[in-house]
Amino acid sequence: MSPPAEDHSHKPAPKPTPETEHYWEGTKIGELRLQRCNACGQAYFYPRPSCPHCSSIDVSWERATGQARLHTYLISHRPAPGFADEVPYAIAVVELEEGPRMMTNIVGVEITPETLVLDMPLEVAFETRGEQCVPVFRPRSAS
Amino acid sequence: MSVRAKTAIVGASETTRIGVVPDMSALEMHAESARLAVADAGMKLSDIDGVAAAGLSPVAVAHYLGIDPTYVDATTVGGCSFLLHVRHAAAAITAGLCEVVLITHGESGRSRVGMPPRVADPSSPQGQFEAPYGTLGPPTMFPMGVLRYMKEFGLTHEQLASVAVAQRKWAANVPRAMFREPLSVEDVLASRLIAYPMHLLECCLVTDGGGALVVTSAERARSMPGPKPPVYVLGTGEASETPMVSMMEDFTTSKAFRLSSASAFAEARFGPSDVNHLMVYDAFAHLPIYGLEDLGFVGRGEAGAFIAEGHTSPGGRLPLNTNGGGLSYTHTGMYGMFLVQESVRQLRKEASAQVPNVEISLAQGVGGMFAAAGTLILGTAAAAGV
Repeated sequence: MSPPAEDHSHKPAPKPTPETEHYWEGTKIGELRLQRCNACGQAYFYPRPSCPHCSSIDVSWERATGQARLHTYLISHRPAPGFADEVPYAIAVVELEEGPRMMTNIVGVEITPETLVLDMPLEVAFETRGEQCVPVFRPRSAS
Repeated sequence: MSVRAKTAIVGASETTRIGVVPDMSALEMHAESARLAVADAGMKLSDIDGVAAAGLSPVAVAHYLGIDPTYVDATTVGGCSFLLHVRHAAAAITAGLCEVVLITHGESGRSRVGMPPRVADPSSPQGQFEAPYGTLGPPTMFPMGVLRYMKEFGLTHEQLASVAVAQRKWAANVPRAMFREPLSVEDVLASRLIAYPMHLLECCLVTDGGGALVVTSAERARSMPGPKPPVYVLGTGEASETPMVSMMEDFTTSKAFRLSSASAFAEARFGPSDVNHLMVYDAFAHLPIYGLEDLGFVGRGEAGAFIAEGHTSPGGRLPLNTNGGGLSYTHTGMYGMFLVQESVRQLRKEASAQVPNVEISLAQGVGGMFAAAGTLILGTAAAAGV
């Protein structure tokens, strides 16, 4: 599904824990993985072994569609380590088609208040960070 | 069981100097404000049997001062921690665990003297799910919901800027405030963008300073009165929502604000209309907007216009952040101590920008990026009915 991930190894990388390892194994092969509770049926993020909605530990992993909408964002004008070449850059929260929201960067579009419109459709892409891969989002391609 | 009017703040002081204080460590700022607050209460350090602190350990503060406490509270949930310390002290004193609790804050936020290093942990939830996206301190996280709020409620950039303008009007009358020159909406919008939609003048200061409080039982405050009128603890609340701003349930409202303030109002048996003076932690200009709505002072979507119309400015019907706030007065990093200090000054009628007839003051603190909250409703003896 996904094109080869772009290398952004100069940026911060996550360090998985045993509870999040399956999520980060997924991003390496171009999969955005979510957990869903078998008791209450709700999908949730971030990864953890119990459902934050009903506390059940009967949960399973699934592959998200990668379709999302831009829920809110800000545009940072000061570079975090590794982001010097990208100022100004968008730090955003997207709402996945399955319901959960997550922080991400918006890529593949000029970063201005005019081009980044709340609720615009987005799709997942991946950036390599050393041995890890992180999901980012770009405007959904017309298809 | 309620702690309503069971305890009082009988001593309060900030450090002698705030702002740029490169010749004092964070620990000494805890200690200097502690000595001043204990003296303000007409007490000696040997009267203290409980110590609470955040930023640095209460163990470190107690030992430095030569106190052997039998009640220790290291609750550290960000800038509102000191409001939680007051709440916990009120409960502990009411339960008989201790008699006199000293609560201290000191932070070399600007000069970084004697400060623990900032450590990023890439395996923490934030390290895995936020830091990879280039977060760089609170300006890149705290205002995450502002554009969503603007879309939902029509808040304008000018209204957001008016928060900084209103608070600068208060600061003009506060000699200790770092920034006192008049400010216009145009000035705010012309200042450089830090993290759109937030301009420099919509972000708090970064300063050095400290403050301390002495809390004891209302009974002791009456039987062994100090030089200053006691400020009674009438209502208290605390709450937490999320360690990651990206996980807020609704980006246009703080759940922690709502839960914490509801608890405080219920305990105090007061509502927003009873409050004469309000402090809302303003790390950024949108916080007073969220605070006014989440605490029930105005309806949803109304706070921006309410502030822009001058209702929270000098002469307005709801005096808000009368020291100038984190935007103009001072902001050490964990600013919550300064909310309580200003509430106490207003209730004692000794504030620089004194509001007439203050009987009930509410201080609303935030911790982290809408991570946690603490609320105190404080009042005079008349308000406490004692």
